Amino acid sequence: MDLAVRIGSLTLKNPLIAASGCFGYGTEYAELVDLSSLGAVAVKGLFLAEREGHPPPRIVETPAGMLNAIGLQGIGVRRFIAEKMPELRARGAVVIVNICGTTLLEYVELAKILSDVEGVAALELNISCPNIKEGGITFGCSLHGTAEVVAAVRGATRLPIIPKLTPNVTDISSIAEAAADAGADAVSLVNTFLAMAIDVETRRPRLSNIVGGLSGPAIRPIAVRMVYECRQKIRIPIIGMGGIATATDVLEFMIAGAAAVQVGTATFADPLIWPKLLDGMRSYGERHNVTKIGDLIGTIDTSAREQEWISS
Amino acid sequence: MPVDVFAEVISNRHLSSDYNVLELAAPEIAERALPGQFVMVKAGNRLEPLLRRPFSVFHVLKPNGTIVGLSLLSKRIGPSTMLLFDARPGDRVQCLGPLGRPFAPIAPPDEAWLVAGGVGLAPFATLAETLRARGVTVKLYYGARRAAELFCLDAFEGMGVELALATEDGSRGDRGRVTQPLERDLKARGGDTKVMVYACGPEPMLAAVATLSAAYGAVCQVSVERVMGCGVGGCYSCVIPITTGGGSWHHVRSCLAGPVFRSDEIKW
Repeated sequence: MDLAVRIGSLTLKNPLIAASGCFGYGTEYAELVDLSSLGAVAVKGLFLAEREGHPPPRIVETPAGMLNAIGLQGIGVRRFIAEKMPELRARGAVVIVNICGTTLLEYVELAKILSDVEGVAALELNISCPNIKEGGITFGCSLHGTAEVVAAVRGATRLPIIPKLTPNVTDISSIAEAAADAGADAVSLVNTFLAMAIDVETRRPRLSNIVGGLSGPAIRPIAVRMVYECRQKIRIPIIGMGGIATATDVLEFMIAGAAAVQVGTATFADPLIWPKLLDGMRSYGERHNVTKIGDLIGTIDTSAREQEWISS
Repeated sequence: MPVDVFAEVISNRHLSSDYNVLELAAPEIAERALPGQFVMVKAGNRLEPLLRRPFSVFHVLKPNGTIVGLSLLSKRIGPSTMLLFDARPGDRVQCLGPLGRPFAPIAPPDEAWLVAGGVGLAPFATLAETLRARGVTVKLYYGARRAAELFCLDAFEGMGVELALATEDGSRGDRGRVTQPLERDLKARGGDTKVMVYACGPEPMLAAVATLSAAYGAVCQVSVERVMGCGVGGCYSCVIPITTGGGSWHHVRSCLAGPVFRSDEIKW
């Protein structure tokens, strides 16, 4: 099966992208995973400056999922370019850089700096991290803020730009539409769901940040619904994510309307998941006579439902 | 390079109602593992519990001189360790490793004093073996809640390790903390012997051992356990603050930069 998919001007050899925030800078996995075998690697969110993030505890496991409040610890864009990009280039990774700003200007500055860096394939705009107060999600929670960031970055780079959307809004499809209208090449969705967990013995929150983002299989059906809804509204490609742990999950997102997917939390439990997902996708292709995986995108058949009920 | 093995359980020995030693057929990992390194483990392959948990390699299993696997010392505290406690021979356990930075071993005439609290005994069986093979004098300071939770003493004695024990209820050794006999010996020690302290256990114990070591001029290596998501540097959960001089510090991932640190590196 031909696994290649297109995200705007970018062609990925397969739809699997390592999710930002779940794969370090990619180099951490270079011994375990052939980075060039992935569609792309979305690196951990970068600001201009280095950040220490929140104190631990930063994660807690919940039913079929986990909460995190890392607080975007990071080495800053300049150290990333100097210390990580050479290895990512050498290993043949397709690099999507996730950028975060506290201000509109910071997004623009980051986009300009990264535009000149060899090997950067696209920019993912983090306007959805639930764990930091300043910037980011302030933009991503409104139509105006989303459009503002996308338009500003659009004016600063020719790289494909992919805003990453938060599910913590009333109607994610209208946010996706605002992003598309402002010039986004694609959107990725969803970031984590704002959530919390409390230790009843001590009555203390289980995360130092009190609240955090829920990810993992627990959120998958909601994320699938959101991809499906966005697909009704926008024509630019959608990169779907939220709890993907098997090839079936990948296909579910694609059939709902995703052109590619990101896998995050599941890679914590199984860092060697990638070839297993690819094998599962290929075997689906054989069983269903699908020769191009791109042909599956958005092919959900809602009309058949009634008929099946009648015939059974 | 770490290896991932869906390892068969060889045996599961219950040491008490909470503690067990699980033997896993993972020779590929066992033959690479150095004392102080860890593995990321999960029983079965279901979604709940979702994440793996870190465990020190307790023993490298080599019944007839050939390495056939490794064992874990586990204490039942949550759903993951519950599954490991209930695991049966033939069950499968996901096991990725060896991971992390190992203990830096020493050579004679320096002495090694190992300080273990509870399940923190785990990395010291292989460390003691390595050090004894080098001819290093090894003492084990080992504390637990009660005498019945002091495990594997014969094995350490069999290696020629001198024991100093402490229990919270006084049922064996010093009544109270394991730091009591440690402080006594640090105080009484002649100035000529250089001592390397190795510690693993609850963080308050590690902090106390770090303070004592510094006060009595011994170098100390600690193995820390922070909440880990992945064990390979991807999730940034297991960070610990490291001093960088001038009162400043920064977060490093204990899975990559540790789990073993020099105690004076850490901002306690």
